[in-house]
Amino acid sequence: MVLSVDLAARKLGLRPGTPVAKAQALHPDLVLLDADPEGDRLGLEKLALWFQHRIAPIVAVDAPDGLVLDTTGADQLHGGELPMLKDMVHRMAGAGFRAKAVAADTWGAAHAIARYGRAPIAVVPPGEIAGTLADLPLEALRLPDTIIDGLATLGVSRIGPLAAMPRAPLALRFGPDVARRLDQAFGRMGEAIVPVRPVDPVEVSRNFAEPIGAAETIARYIGRLVPLLCQGLDERGQGVRRLDLLLHRVDSRTEAIRVAMAMPVRDVRRLTRLLCEKIETIDPGFGIERMVLIASLAEPMDRRQTVSSLIAEEEVDVSDLIDTLANRVGTQALYRFAPVESDLPERSFCRVPALASEETKDWPEHWPRPTRLLARPEPVQAMAELPDQPPLFFIWRGVRRKVKCADGPERVFGEWWKNDAELTIARDYFRVEDTSGERFWLYRAGDGEHGETGSQGWFLHGIFG
Amino acid sequence: MTAELNKKPGLETLRAAISRLEGHSDRRRKMLPFGVREIDARLPGGGLALGALHEVAGGGNDALHSAAAGQFCAGIAARTRGKVLWIVTRQDVFAPSLKQVGLSARRTIYVEARSDVDVLACFEEGLRHGGLGAVVAEVARLSMTASRRLQLAAETSGSLGIAIRRWRRQTDAADFGQPTASVTRWRVSVLPSVSLPVPGVGRPRWLLELIRARAGECADFEVEACDAKGRLAPCSPIADRLSLPAALADRPDQEAAGQRRARA
Repeated sequence: MVLSVDLAARKLGLRPGTPVAKAQALHPDLVLLDADPEGDRLGLEKLALWFQHRIAPIVAVDAPDGLVLDTTGADQLHGGELPMLKDMVHRMAGAGFRAKAVAADTWGAAHAIARYGRAPIAVVPPGEIAGTLADLPLEALRLPDTIIDGLATLGVSRIGPLAAMPRAPLALRFGPDVARRLDQAFGRMGEAIVPVRPVDPVEVSRNFAEPIGAAETIARYIGRLVPLLCQGLDERGQGVRRLDLLLHRVDSRTEAIRVAMAMPVRDVRRLTRLLCEKIETIDPGFGIERMVLIASLAEPMDRRQTVSSLIAEEEVDVSDLIDTLANRVGTQALYRFAPVESDLPERSFCRVPALASEETKDWPEHWPRPTRLLARPEPVQAMAELPDQPPLFFIWRGVRRKVKCADGPERVFGEWWKNDAELTIARDYFRVEDTSGERFWLYRAGDGEHGETGSQGWFLHGIFG
Repeated sequence: MTAELNKKPGLETLRAAISRLEGHSDRRRKMLPFGVREIDARLPGGGLALGALHEVAGGGNDALHSAAAGQFCAGIAARTRGKVLWIVTRQDVFAPSLKQVGLSARRTIYVEARSDVDVLACFEEGLRHGGLGAVVAEVARLSMTASRRLQLAAETSGSLGIAIRRWRRQTDAADFGQPTASVTRWRVSVLPSVSLPVPGVGRPRWLLELIRARAGECADFEVEACDAKGRLAPCSPIADRLSLPAALADRPDQEAAGQRRARA
């Protein structure tokens, strides 16, 4: 039996389920590979770990051909649900897989729509599961084949009619599975996702005889788990880069807290603090009965030699502050500027991570630079003598300013090695001061002589202090 | 004169008693002098207090752009030790310019917060840490409560906090009149630059208004803007009269900068 076909085979008209002999009779030069369910499962597990690394802490294999992720709270970090799904599918396509991704309220619904829905990427809004599922075939419900065949005998082939049937006769005839799968898909019954675990992580857990729920209690137990974890890390000589705290609730849902560090950390106080700051993001529901703390990304941590008082003063370590801030505003909102070798002001800097190694280059200091650089140069009306005199006056944002003195021009050429259109472009920068003492950075697009160098219009690009 | 000398010990003990009542620790506050005699003489303690919150706003159009105010703060931050945290809501700092007042890009870490609330939270976090040279935050609204929290955080850690008050609209700048718990409050306005005997723009000059100083008096200063090491210079009347560029009448490192500029 053919289990799966690639795109080329699909074009030839082959479908999963065709007997092998028939397929070979149709196309004698068909390439056949033996099914390897064990290999597939291992591959899926690897993929699950990769998703756990990239997207969210709770990821499980949805055998035989899928993954299920609990992305609660993770979507904001990827720009929303739809961009997150697009990014996932895009990355899978980059690795050579055709994937479908669906975000829905329940595992059951997402499973069904991803496999039997039309769109490759879909977000099912809350409350619209019933409508979306109604038209899908029964196979989408994760029921055994015998039950599906039996229901087909009864003339039921879609989820909508099945959901409308009375429960008792169904349960009597087919057992409790039908009702359970329906409830799971429609969100009337919870379904736990047991996440995959990275290979041999440092992990500590605690079970509670009485479920806990208060923020203070959670904080207290975080305070007890973290030292144990750090002890475990210490034994291996590792520090943690990413820490997941999984809180198993009594209704078998799992809440998760994830904190990330810029550098490997093994400091009890610091980790406790980072975790406790995020307590408010979790919903304890009816109570938490198990807490698991996993160092999902650990890296070797070497001891650093401390500076003795003979040498220059010790550089204060700010990586803990960086972590606190990054977990609040996001890693990409925390950066330093580094020089880029370009004469165009807007290209002369780039953002690097706050703790990136220090670059040796620096900006040239020949000319004064404005404190504020406008995101986009603003066109101004100006009058200037050609070819290289500063403007006599200019009008910016409706205010006419007479130029008292000026420095310039500083000519900047387009970077033809980046873009062919920039081959002839030039800009002449002037630092001008108006009669009230305000100082501006103006430029003329073009060299004032040749039309191909630019529009010869004037722009304001920065403001000096 | 003798009466004044006799009075002083009593005054000192009284001051110490008051500061104990206010809850300050006994250790003396550290100061960051400007190196300009006129300004330092007017500030209690002889400089800008470290472990305190200071407010700076631009005057006139600079209330919107904070170009002069930003440069002034960068000059102060450049003279501290350690990393500098610079918190903004919309990023328009041109890093090479901070380099030119001595604040290296390697030392400056930027935080781009989403809202004023986030700015204040990060500001406080930065001040509490204590390992930073200075924490600079561009913020529009600063309530009494928020500023008191910041001031307390700065006091406990000994970090220097500078709030650049920057508004989106000119009319909002009236907010600067509201009282806050900051130790000093400055307004920086641009003045016409030092005039040169040749065409060109001379060293920028600012009008520094010390609007409020705790245990001190208000004052106005006309200064020449920060040099390559973040230091201000008093407007020298001699240089003005002779129409000499400030760079020539100034300290050796200014000369070096001038030569660099000339070579360029």
